[in-house]
Amino acid sequence: MAVTTDTPTDDRSSATDAVQAPRKQRASGANVGFGVIAWVVAILFFFPVFWMVLTSFKTEGDAYTPTPKLFFEPTLEQYEGVFSSGLGPYIANSVAATVLSTVLVLLLGVPAAFALSLRPVRKTSDVLFFFISTKMLPVVAAIVPIYVVVNQIGMLDNIWTLIVLYTGMNLPIAVWMMRSFFLEVPGELLEQASIDGAPLWRTLREIVLPIISPGIFATALICVIFAWNEFFFAVNLTAANAGTVPVFLVGFITSEGLYWAQLSAAATIAALPVVLAGWVAHNKLVQGLSFGAVK
Amino acid sequence: MAEVVFDQASRIYTPGAKPAVDRLDLTVADGDLVVLVGPSGSGKSTALRMLAGLEPIDAGSVRINGRDVVDVPPKDRDIAMVFQNYALYPSKTVAENMAFPLKMRGMDKEERADRVRQAAEMLGLTEYLDRKPKALSGGQRQRVAMGRAIVREPQVFLMDEPLSNLDAKMRVQTRAQIAEMQNRLAVSTVYVTHDQVEAMTMGDKVAVLADGRLQQYATPPELYDRPANAFVAGFIGSPAMNLLELPRSSTGVTLGGIEIPLPRDISDAAGSRDRLTVGIRPEDWVLESTDSDGGSVIKAVVDVVEELGSESYLYAHLAEDTSTSIVVRGPGRVKVRFGDPIAVRPNSDTLHVFDVESGERLDGQ
Repeated sequence: MAVTTDTPTDDRSSATDAVQAPRKQRASGANVGFGVIAWVVAILFFFPVFWMVLTSFKTEGDAYTPTPKLFFEPTLEQYEGVFSSGLGPYIANSVAATVLSTVLVLLLGVPAAFALSLRPVRKTSDVLFFFISTKMLPVVAAIVPIYVVVNQIGMLDNIWTLIVLYTGMNLPIAVWMMRSFFLEVPGELLEQASIDGAPLWRTLREIVLPIISPGIFATALICVIFAWNEFFFAVNLTAANAGTVPVFLVGFITSEGLYWAQLSAAATIAALPVVLAGWVAHNKLVQGLSFGAVK
Repeated sequence: MAEVVFDQASRIYTPGAKPAVDRLDLTVADGDLVVLVGPSGSGKSTALRMLAGLEPIDAGSVRINGRDVVDVPPKDRDIAMVFQNYALYPSKTVAENMAFPLKMRGMDKEERADRVRQAAEMLGLTEYLDRKPKALSGGQRQRVAMGRAIVREPQVFLMDEPLSNLDAKMRVQTRAQIAEMQNRLAVSTVYVTHDQVEAMTMGDKVAVLADGRLQQYATPPELYDRPANAFVAGFIGSPAMNLLELPRSSTGVTLGGIEIPLPRDISDAAGSRDRLTVGIRPEDWVLESTDSDGGSVIKAVVDVVEELGSESYLYAHLAEDTSTSIVVRGPGRVKVRFGDPIAVRPNSDTLHVFDVESGERLDGQ
């Protein structure tokens, strides 16, 4: 009996080995191909950024040579120039608009997403559609009424205008994103909490939020990037007082002419916080949504 | 310590549709472990969730210790529940998980720690108290969930298929532990399972549900010996009872060319019906020699032999009527193989007879 059952198993395994061996080789051949393509695409995308950073350390003379120079004597001259031309207040404005709008988005969006995922009501889908529909109108079409309103209430060139607008701009995306994370929370946990006698806010704070914290980090990161990079509202509604970094960059081009090295330095400074934010959140993100509660 | 009463309790998900739980009447005596068992969709979990307060009670009432709990939120029902997936809080340690319901009740820290320590000792979890659920095995998580229920010292334990995520060996072991613990604590318990072995081994009483309706509520032996209808007869027991629809004869019913006499009371209860559903458990067949006289035994041909060591089950079809299959319990190490002829005779003292249409038991009582 034992012999008869063993033999077919052996046959089967050696048969699958025989089939798998060439397949493995083919797979690794394809992998090399995809690897090459991935590298080419990555370099293609990264090269301009690399060149920008490189140029920011050149003198204007080095930046303008007819044959681009890869090796040169690096200098911090351009960075000094950028800061001395008054970048500081613009960075402060960008930080204020980004941080405060992101905090507001999370304060408003987390409870909204919680309600729309774990405590659904009859009109949940309508509400969700309402949120996303606010993103359908092109910003260009909305800028005139927004400008008129902001002007009327005397809030032009005020950082709080941008904070409110960025909050409104990011809130729908944040609600949709966080809702999908909330939906991953097993309903049994909430039922257990209700039997255990935990009030709603404690359930949210002590049980739900720890589970979805990677999701909240991801959402916050998206909000930070969108707010930091936002240009259209900023350029139309602000001037010297509340201008943000993107506005500064544009002003740079027009006032100073095309100074490649200095512009590169300014752009590198503008890009740096977003890259840093991504790198910090990345560590949180890769923790992933792993639950110990279910199975 | 409490008595739990379902009084015509119903749950109707969509008005007009068939209720998920239909006018359930059930009394769980103080300290009893009652098992709700049935196939999926029978309403057993819904009934439990109605008791927990996780599902509304649309009609009738549910009472815990005489108090109508229809409008009482779950936390004020003085119950503790163990979920199928354990529902442990992933961000909290074992100790924090177990202490959480006590903390929510405002118990002071020392008493909390004391109770958690006691429960952990009882469940063999002491060395895991500082771990997160992620770092525990399935069986350990299950025990943490039990522990969190125990520390509450509730009036009623509710358990929703607490063993279904464990492997077979662990399940048998934990089954005994739960039964032993429930006996010791003497807390009324409502236990939901789809596994009739769990129901039979653990329940002081067992409620069999199907299609949202209570089929029978009885002790395990009663359920086995006197199933109230054909559904219960087929559901309880493994392998299932043979349920055969047979024509009446002058003294009983006819099967495989022989007459099976029916006891007087059943015969009277059957009245003028010309067909009956007759139930014969696998162990209620007597294996006879294949040389026996054709008039007194039923000849059959074996399709499958399940050898269990101490006993065996023979799946066979009748020689005369190949569309009728039967299951017969035989001795261990049975010499019969696929295709062999066998001869059987039902033990007429242990026949179960049901109405063909309604499935109700017929025995004149």
